[in-house]
Amino acid sequence: MKVNSTNSQTLARDAVPPITIPTDKTLLDMLYYMKLTRELEFRIERKLYRQGKIVGGVYVGRGQEAIAVGSCIDLRADDVVCPSHRDMGAFLIRGMPLRTILAQYMARKTGATRGKEGNMHMGDLSKNLIAFVSMLGDNVPVAAGIGLSMKMRGQDRVVLCFFGDGATSRGDWHEGINMASVWKVPVVFVCNNNQYAYSTPLERQMAVENIADRAEAYGLPGEIVDGNDILAVSDSATRAIERARSGHGPTLIECKTFRMTGHSAHDDAGYVPPELFEYWEERDPINRFERFLTERGLTTTSALDQLQTRINHEIDDAIQLAEKDPFPDPEDCLKDVYDEGE
Amino acid sequence: MALTTYVEAIRQGIWEEMEKDERVFVLGEDVGIYGGAFKVTAGMLERFGEWRIIDTPISESGIVGAAIGAALMGMRPVAEMQFADFISCAFDQITNFAAKCRYRWGAGVPIVVRGPSGGGVHGGPFHSQNPEMYYVHTPGLKVVCPATAYDAKGLIKAAIRDPDPVIYFEHKFLYRRVKEELPSDDFVVPIGKAAIRRTGSDMTVVTYGAMVYIALEAAKELEKEGIDLEILDLRSLLPFDKEAVLDSVRKTNKVILLHEDTRIGGFAGELAAIISEEAFEYLDGPIRRITAPDTPVPYSPPLEEFFLPKASDIVRVARELYAY
Ligand SMILES: Cc1ncc(C[n+]2csc(CCOP(=O)(O)OP(=O)(O)O)c2C)c(N)n1
Repeated sequence: MKVNSTNSQTLARDAVPPITIPTDKTLLDMLYYMKLTRELEFRIERKLYRQGKIVGGVYVGRGQEAIAVGSCIDLRADDVVCPSHRDMGAFLIRGMPLRTILAQYMARKTGATRGKEGNMHMGDLSKNLIAFVSMLGDNVPVAAGIGLSMKMRGQDRVVLCFFGDGATSRGDWHEGINMASVWKVPVVFVCNNNQYAYSTPLERQMAVENIADRAEAYGLPGEIVDGNDILAVSDSATRAIERARSGHGPTLIECKTFRMTGHSAHDDAGYVPPELFEYWEERDPINRFERFLTERGLTTTSALDQLQTRINHEIDDAIQLAEKDPFPDPEDCLKDVYDEGE
Repeated sequence: MALTTYVEAIRQGIWEEMEKDERVFVLGEDVGIYGGAFKVTAGMLERFGEWRIIDTPISESGIVGAAIGAALMGMRPVAEMQFADFISCAFDQITNFAAKCRYRWGAGVPIVVRGPSGGGVHGGPFHSQNPEMYYVHTPGLKVVCPATAYDAKGLIKAAIRDPDPVIYFEHKFLYRRVKEELPSDDFVVPIGKAAIRRTGSDMTVVTYGAMVYIALEAAKELEKEGIDLEILDLRSLLPFDKEAVLDSVRKTNKVILLHEDTRIGGFAGELAAIISEEAFEYLDGPIRRITAPDTPVPYSPPLEEFFLPKASDIVRVARELYAY
């Protein structure tokens, strides 16, 4: 078992190869997508939901932004992503427009599912984004099948499949991981281990210490990463993606992180000891990365302010458009249960 | 006396059975310190401890399988599905293991599997389903769908005491919207018995769950035009109260079958067949169905409103039927 982190005093166990630092452009893209994710989810959870403009459930990934962004940033357009419910960054990086996402949350006809679904239950096959179903872990065997198709056709594409620690208790998770490993298909499994499944802490979910410990039983490599360190995440993901692309099969990456919110917008997380929030607040992935970029001379306080302003404007504009977008026509309820032709 | 909500009635029912019978225990996701996603088990951890209110991993199949095992050893487990939609993940354990033990080798499996079903809360396709018919189609199971706080309490108690597996679908739209004064004695509602919610003479509406209330709403409207509805709440779908259905139809001679579940393979189809087999000569008009359309439950409010049967649908169909 390897632990991958740029400051690994909290997690260090075995030695890992030194982390490869991406290009300056990629580093700045990572910053943009993490900050965009944070601000977008802030608006969704703290503004639109509270204003009653979003009527369904809202789940955000505050504090976990490094995971989706760090692992998706270097994917090719023909690679496939199966996000779970705290992976907004994946949708943004794959190019789902802000307006489409906001219209989705606000149940508009222009949303990614045309009002059929809410929140991050969305996908777009043209962007190789697979919409997840609420049933946690169901996307794992599906990812194995996507990888199988790639392998059968001799393609050098890969699939990234996301889930939380809780999902790894589902039978489907185990079936899917096992098949992917037996078939050596090009899948990278990315777990955000945020230490809680709703109100249930890890020790009530599993008797092993790490999600990555499960990998050994299925014969695939498991790697533990500091999930709040985007450089560590992207380094692990890059190696796992290369491994998958070159025909060596799947990898399971466990990103240790923390859910900095309740389970959903209506949960105050009263069951989480406040010290845990304090501990992880100090390890905020965005603050950490901003410090890294500043020390490296890639950004400054004023550049960060400008970036935030730009992001705010992009989101303001998208909200304005999405709010003016129409709701679906009631009869649309009946459409698209089956193929209706052109 | 204070009014008791539907959700509180379920809680009281489980609580009282746990006080009375130490074999009764609860297992499910977030049922402990959190008290359940909808607070059905609130306060139980403090009272009964972590070995009678068991927080499980996210393993629905495991939860039901473990409940079956404990039940075979004489325990009385109550398994919570966080949403009834996720009961699909336990389908195999329920329909193969639990449902077929008694028939195959004489071993009863006294488990309860319960969870919040139904729409109307903008839950979207995976937090709004009405999965009852998958289980109604499985001999060996019992399936109940309470509509009132009284029934919610009386049926959960009956389910816990029942010697066979009972699937208990509560309706999340009703949790805090319906309340009533409950008797303080230890009562149960027998599984398999319907209740007349409104006595009427012109036609019968047979329904269950949250649809009872839209039928009552429609009845009020129709009363103004002199159409008198009888409303029969099935309460249990498997077994169901065939005599109550037939008696009412024989009396009113017209029938509307109403449910929130989708149309094809819905309970209305089964009722229609039985009514035409056993009370055909009493009918003065066609058997009519009002159901959700055959689609998943959509999220966006205009779509969901279109999807769910409404009082106005009943009013329209009742007028047509009245004209026969
Ligand atoms: C099969 C299934 N059971 C229950 C739920 C309800 N549920 C939604 S999210 C959640 C907790 C998920 O925990 P985890 O997988 O660790 O992801 P996290 O929310 O912590 O990111 C639960 C129990 C579900 N969505 N699917």
